Amino acid sequence: MTVSPATLNQSRRSRWGTGSVLPVLAILVLLLVAIAIRQPDFYDPPALLAFLKRSAPLIILAAGQYFVIVAGDFDLSVGSLVTAEVVIAARMIDGDPSATWPVVALLLGFGLLVGLVNGLVTTLLLVPSFITTLGMYLILVGAVYTWTGGSPRGALSDEFRVLGRRGIDGVPWLGQIPYAVLILLAVAALAILAMRADFGKVLLAVGDNPRAARLAGGRVAGVRTTAFVISGGCAAVAAILLGGFGGVSFQVGAGLEFTAITAVVLGGVVLGGGRGSVVGAMLGALTLQTLLTLLNLLGVAGALASAVQGLIILTAVAIGGLRART
Amino acid sequence: MTALPATFRRPRVDSTNGVWLALGVTLIVGGILVATDGGSLFGQNSTISLLQRAAGLGIVAVGQTFTILAGSLDLSVAYVISLTSLIAAETMAGSDGRILPAILAVLAVSASIGLVNGLLITKLRINAFIATLGVGLLIKGYLEQGYAGPAGQVPVSFQHLGYDRIGPVPVAFVLFIGVAAVAWVVINRSRYGHHLIATGGDLDVARLSGVRTDLVLIRTHVICSICAGIAGLYLASRLGAGAPRVGAEGGYDLESIAAVVLGGTVLAGGKGGVAGTVGGVLLLAVIDGIFNQLAVDPFFKQVIRGVVSVAAVAIYALRLRRKGAA
Repeated sequence: MTVSPATLNQSRRSRWGTGSVLPVLAILVLLLVAIAIRQPDFYDPPALLAFLKRSAPLIILAAGQYFVIVAGDFDLSVGSLVTAEVVIAARMIDGDPSATWPVVALLLGFGLLVGLVNGLVTTLLLVPSFITTLGMYLILVGAVYTWTGGSPRGALSDEFRVLGRRGIDGVPWLGQIPYAVLILLAVAALAILAMRADFGKVLLAVGDNPRAARLAGGRVAGVRTTAFVISGGCAAVAAILLGGFGGVSFQVGAGLEFTAITAVVLGGVVLGGGRGSVVGAMLGALTLQTLLTLLNLLGVAGALASAVQGLIILTAVAIGGLRART
Repeated sequence: MTALPATFRRPRVDSTNGVWLALGVTLIVGGILVATDGGSLFGQNSTISLLQRAAGLGIVAVGQTFTILAGSLDLSVAYVISLTSLIAAETMAGSDGRILPAILAVLAVSASIGLVNGLLITKLRINAFIATLGVGLLIKGYLEQGYAGPAGQVPVSFQHLGYDRIGPVPVAFVLFIGVAAVAWVVINRSRYGHHLIATGGDLDVARLSGVRTDLVLIRTHVICSICAGIAGLYLASRLGAGAPRVGAEGGYDLESIAAVVLGGTVLAGGKGGVAGTVGGVLLLAVIDGIFNQLAVDPFFKQVIRGVVSVAAVAIYALRLRRKGAA
C-alpha cells in the first residue's frame, strides 16, 4: 500500500478521518467478504481480472477527477466528454479499420483540449469550475446531438474495440490479461508518480489554501489547469475503453461525472480540496464498482440499486465527517 | 431600494443587474433576427410558449437561489419534481375533491425531503453536493423501482394551472412571479433573509455573530424543496399525469443552478438575489424562443446555453476583479 503525502502529514489521531484511505479500504474489504460468501468463484483469477476490466473506466475517471477535486475544483464535463468521444470515434472510424489509430490519437487530443479549455476558462476568466464544466457539459451534449442529428452514426472498428475487449491471451494461471487492466495499471502508476512529484505537492497546497500557495510561489493557475487537462485525458482513455465494451449511444457517459465524484469522495477525498490521496480516489471507484457487483449478485434490481448506492454513499460520507469532528 | 446617496451616481452594471442588460440586448438582437427571418418573436403564440417554458424552470430556480445564497446547493430537485408530480397525480386520481389533499401531500413530502437534505448537511456534516446527490439517488431508485411510465390522473379543473392564461400571460407564469415576489420579500425583508445572506457570506462569522446557521441552512433546504414541489404540481397539471422522469429529463438540477448563476448570484454564496434569477430564467427562455422561431437545430441551443452561462459568469468575475483592483 502506498502512503500518500496527505496521510503522512496527518496526526495519528486522524488516520481514520478525512483524507485517509483506511475507511474506504475497510468498506472494500467488507464488500469483498460479502461477495466471497455469496459467490466464491468471483475470486478465480480470470473472473477477478474480468471484474477489474469492467471497473477500469470508472477507476481511471476517478483518478482524473481526483486531480481536479484535490485542487478545490469540480469537473462536471467528464460524462458528456465520454459520450462525445465515443460518438466521435464511431463517426470518424465508420467501420474503417485503417482509421483506428489516428482516431485514437484524435480522441486523446480532444480530451486534453477540452480539459485545457476548462482549465483556462476557470483560471484566467475566474469562472467557478462548477459553472465552467457545467457549461462545457451543456456544450458537449448539444454539440454531439447537433453534429449527429439526434442519433449516433457510423460504427467502431473491431481494432478499436480490441483495447476494451481483448487482452494478452494464454497467460498461465491468469488466463487472459485484459489490455484494459494494463492501461489501468499504467494510469494508476502515472497518477501516483504525479502526486509524489513536485506537481502533486503544489496541487495539494493549492487545494488547501490557494492564497497561501500563490504567496509561497506556487504556479496556482498552471497547476489547476494541468489538473483539468489530466481529467480530460483520463476521460478520453475511459471513453476508449467504454467504447470497446459496449455499443455506441448517447447514454455511454450519462451520469458518469456524478459517479466519478462520488467515488472520489467515497475514497476520503474532501470536496473543496487539499485533502485525500489519489490511491483513495481509485479505491473509492473500485469500492463503488464492487458494491454494484454485490447488489447485482444479491438480485437487487438495477432500479433499486441506485437507491442503495445513494444510501451507502450518504452513510460512508457521514461517518467520515463525524469522525473528522471528534 | 436603499436610500440614494447625496451625489448622483450612474447606475452601475454589476452582477445583479447585468442579466437585465443582457436580456434587453438579446431581445432586441433576437427580435431583429427573427423579423428578418419573416417571423415575430413578440407574437402572441411565441410569447405565451416562451413564458410557459420559463415558469417551470423559474419556480425551481427561485428555490435554488436560496440554497446558493446560503453557500449550499441542491442537486435533488430534479427527482423531487418527478416524485411530487406523481404524488399529485396519484392523490388526485382524476377527482376534483382531492386537489387540496394532493397539494398538501406534495408540500409535506417536498418539505420533508428538504428537511432531510438540511439535516444531512448540518448535523451529519455531509457536503451539500454529496448529500443532495445521495438523496436524489434514493428518490431516483424509488421512482425507477415503482414506476415504468406516467401514472395517476389530474382532474380537468387542476389543468387550468397549466393551460389557462390571463391575457397573454399564462397562469403558471403568474405563479412563478408570485413565488419570486414572496422569495424577494423573504430574502430582503425578513430576519431569516438577513441571516441567510450572512450564513452564505461567511458561515463562521455568522455563527460567531449569533446566527443559528444550522437552522438557517435547514430552513433554506426546506424552502428549496418546496419550490421544487410546486414545480412538480405545475408539471403534473401540464402533463395531466405524474411522470417519473420529467425532472431528470428536463435537466432541472443543473439548469436551475445555471439560471441562478446567470442571474448574478455568486456560487460561493452570500451575494445575489431572486431578481437576478428571474432575469436569468427569462434570458434562457428568450434564447430558447429565438431558436425555436429561427427553427435552428434544437440541440444547438444547448450549446448556446452553455456558452452564455460561462460567458456571463466570466464577465461578472472579471468586473468584480477590476473593481477590487481599483
